[in-house]
Amino acid sequence: MNSGSPEIIATLVKYAVMFGVFINVAPIMNWVERRACAYIQDRPGPNRVGPLGLFQPLADAAKFMFKEDVTPAAADKLLYLMAPVLALLPAFTTFVIVPFGPDLTVGGRTIPLVVAPVDTGVLLFLALSSLAVYSLVLAGYASNNKFSLLGGIRASAQLISYELALTLSVLAVLLPVNSFRLSDIVAWQQAHVWNVIPQILGFFVFLVASFAETNRLPFDLPEAESELIAGFHTEYSAMRFAAFFQAEYTNMAALAALGVTLFFGGWSLPGVHLTGWLGAIVGLVTLVAKIGVCMAVFVWVRWTFPRFRYDQLMRLGWKVLLPLSILNLILVAAMTLAGWL
Amino acid sequence: MPEQYYPVLLAMGIAITMGIVILSLSWILGKIAGHQHGGLLKGTTVESGMPLLDVSHKRISIAFFLVAIDFIVFDLEAAFLYPWALILRDGGWQLFAAVMVFIFLILVGFAYVWIKGGLDLSLPARERRPVQTPRLS
Repeated sequence: MNSGSPEIIATLVKYAVMFGVFINVAPIMNWVERRACAYIQDRPGPNRVGPLGLFQPLADAAKFMFKEDVTPAAADKLLYLMAPVLALLPAFTTFVIVPFGPDLTVGGRTIPLVVAPVDTGVLLFLALSSLAVYSLVLAGYASNNKFSLLGGIRASAQLISYELALTLSVLAVLLPVNSFRLSDIVAWQQAHVWNVIPQILGFFVFLVASFAETNRLPFDLPEAESELIAGFHTEYSAMRFAAFFQAEYTNMAALAALGVTLFFGGWSLPGVHLTGWLGAIVGLVTLVAKIGVCMAVFVWVRWTFPRFRYDQLMRLGWKVLLPLSILNLILVAAMTLAGWL
Repeated sequence: MPEQYYPVLLAMGIAITMGIVILSLSWILGKIAGHQHGGLLKGTTVESGMPLLDVSHKRISIAFFLVAIDFIVFDLEAAFLYPWALILRDGGWQLFAAVMVFIFLILVGFAYVWIKGGLDLSLPARERRPVQTPRLS
């Protein structure tokens, strides 16, 4: 790739588009979650600020900005300040690997519609999303509070346990494709069938593991209010507290984008083969719509299932999901070699 | 080709800058807006309204360390499986058999950890003892 200025401009535009999508996830999800939970619990929810309460996230953001930023006297200052920034780092980096449309030809140049068309796409995604552990552990440790510390340790144990199952279920998707590029995986699904059909077991493992990876109920043990006050962010206030939520929602969207790309055809729709600008716009809209459906499932599950106990959580991860993901891997490899995929 | 990773670096840089700018802005606005009272008590550690009784960083259950070690062992093995995804068809059934032997060896280790109870974070009910609470002076 010759990195002349047109490529740089194209990359910046693509980055701006994806950044625009992902930075809006947290405010929108904040509203969706509060309204949806209210409906599930048969109460109105925030409906005062703007039509349907739509401006509630703006009011919240303004309030968070003007709140006092308390640093506990006993905290490890540097790590305490670093943790929220580190939480935002993986959340706002992973989306660069997700493709959002077919190749676009502008002025004789072919532009792949993915911000970073790296050969090691899936590996890079897994590596970057694993960095999220550091912010939780550092926040828990640096707060110098026993509830925060327990939350941080729980987060680290939970994230690394479910990462195994997640990694192996993702690997099974790569087997028939012979490539780590997410755009190749989408192309394979366009040519054959959405991966969710032959790999329903792998999808199930991925789904459960992604709930655990994003600390969502029923696996939100690191921030279980009934046991740990608020877990690793007990001591945080003002915008630093909000940064953890921003990171959590953006991580959810990033994992949803990965799941959609791996199992549900990414930006493509079955039977639709558009090219050019129309294809690009339809691709982006399709991807965002699919992510939206996944986010709705995240919210729905959160307000439907009770929280697990910690040892049940670890038992599920190690004794159920890990063997299932290995079984799925072997099955998919055999099916691929037998020529069924 | 290192060029293809530049956008990733760009995204990382923007993410960190965004975090620092927003948090600094919030800190400054919080200082400007309104009166901030509260002396020593505001800086104390949250303990649900109780006075702080003992140190925060206490000893942690050994089970967490076991989980960490299990993770390193099994994740390394998962990492060895990744190159297989690229040469699955070229390798054919012969390579498949070799990988099955590798996975079998992993599973032997996994079964050992399982039988030894390394995956259980809580003791079975019959071995549980009442928790010893430390005496508070």
